[in-house]
Order: sequence, then C-alpha cells, then structure tokens
Amino acid sequence: MKVGIIRFPGSNCDRDVFHAIKLAGGEPNYIWWNQRDLTDFDTIVIPGGFSYGDYLRAGAIASITPVIECVKDVVKEEKPVLGICNGAQILAEVGLVPGVFTNNKNARFICKRVELKVSSTKTPFTSMYKKNEIIEMPIAHAEGRYYGKEIEKLHDQDQIVLQFEGENPNGSMEAITGVCDESGLVCAVMPHPERASEAVLGSDDGLKFFKGMVNFRNL
Amino acid sequence: MKNDNNIFSGDSMKYNAEVKISLKKGMLNPEASTIQRALALLGYGVEDTDTIKIIKFTVDEKNEELAKEEVEDMCQRLLCNPVIHDYEIKIALNNQ
Repeated sequence: MKVGIIRFPGSNCDRDVFHAIKLAGGEPNYIWWNQRDLTDFDTIVIPGGFSYGDYLRAGAIASITPVIECVKDVVKEEKPVLGICNGAQILAEVGLVPGVFTNNKNARFICKRVELKVSSTKTPFTSMYKKNEIIEMPIAHAEGRYYGKEIEKLHDQDQIVLQFEGENPNGSMEAITGVCDESGLVCAVMPHPERASEAVLGSDDGLKFFKGMVNFRNL
Repeated sequence: MKNDNNIFSGDSMKYNAEVKISLKKGMLNPEASTIQRALALLGYGVEDTDTIKIIKFTVDEKNEELAKEEVEDMCQRLLCNPVIHDYEIKIALNNQ
C-alpha cells in the first residue's frame, strides 16, 4: 500500500502521519504541493498544519494547487483520500466533501483530547471500528466548527463519520467533526488520529484509521 | 474561467476592484461577538457588531463588464466560500 502524504508550505503533521502509516504497515511517501502526477499511489493523506498561513480561510489557498487538481483524479479512480485537520478544511474548500469547517464558536484555538463517536464505518479509515464506538483523539484547531446545508442528506447517506461525544467544544452542527463523500472513499476529519496512534502518546485509538486504510482492498 | 484577452493588447483599461466579503445572514460570527464583548469591557454597549473583509486590487480589462466578470470568477474560485459567504463587487476606472 503506497501512501502519498501531501506537503504544503505550512504543513506540520506530515511527519507524524508518516510515522503512523509505518506503524500501520503502509509505505508512506512525501509529495510536494506542485506535483502533477499521483498515479503511483494507492491512497492519499492530506495532513494537518497551517498551509499558506491559513490566509484568506483555512485551506483556501491549498485548495487551488496543482497537487489538489491531481487529488480530484485520484478520487475519480476510486482510491481512498483522507484529510486530517487542515487536510479536512482543504477537502471541504475543494468541495470533495460537503460543508465547511469554519471559526470555532468560542473564537479560540482549541487543543485537547476529546471523546468521539464513530458514526459511520463505511469509509476505509473507519472500517475497523464498530459503529457508534467511542474513541479518544486530540483536536487542535481554530477553524473546526462544521457547518453544512444538507444535514438530512448526510444522515440518509451515512456521510457523518465522527461526532463529538458529550461536550461539543467548537459549536459544530450536530457535533459533527468528520464527514465523507457519498462513496465514503473521501474522508475529512478534524481530530488527529496520528496523534493517538501508539500507547506512548496516551492513546492508540487512532491507529485503526491507518490500519483500515492500509488493509483497504488488501492493497 | 479567466478569459484570454491579452492585457497588453493596448486597448485595455485599468480598473480598481473592491470585493466586500461578509458572512451570510444568520451565520455565527465569533470574531464579531468577541469584539462586541471587548467593547463592553471598555464600557461601550454596542449591538449588532459585524466584521466584513475587503480585498482590493487593480485589474486590466477591455471594459468594465469584462472586469466585473473576471472578479466574479475570482470570488467563485478562491476569494469566497459560497457556502457561507455573500459578496459585493465594485469596479471603478482607475484614473491614475
């Protein structure tokens, strides 16, 4: 399973994701923002950070780069794509997942470990969890409040991937903090599974995100 | 899409463009409510605080209509997120 990790100026979770993919048994590779060919890769991960300084809106400038044009082709080829934190904001800006992640309700940067419900197991990344399983992973964002126009449709098509359990720290609609496209292959989550990928980090609840990805179709 | 008019063709004009970006009505604006609370700390009892972003630039085009069309494209493709934003475009001839 050859995994491409996209790096933009300002990405800062790329090495953590690299490590987590290795732990899960995948073969990680870095890709730079101006790469125009992703055909070598079986799956793509867009890691967190502050691409282009979060100027304009988080993810807005990254969303028009050449490599993101190629990600659209990866999606057409029905290969899995995961966006974490800033990666999730980018996928929402491009419109590959519905809705937007915008400024937190309390206008603060929130960095803490939270309880989450795995609401959908239709994505490769959540396929190894049980539906409605409660897991613990950290969030670290200022623009993570989910807002969407077609929440009913998300319910009907099982596109809500993660929801805050208990407290809703950023004011997201229906406590949603992870969504996928209709196929489930494109998944955008604000929490950081890579920061919960081994016991030494305090939790390894997130490792199954990468194991599920690596074991997808036994690639 | 960006049109292919050659801006160096000699007959283009320079326009001042201003894009005013605001959140759609009813959208939560945490920045505005934080400012309002800070003003309250100073003793100012203001209400209905809002924040609006203005992006300004000049653009060369053959006429005002084409300039507006091009800026409209920029709004759709990058400057705004149509899910949460409303925008207003102003175009005026640059006389300098």
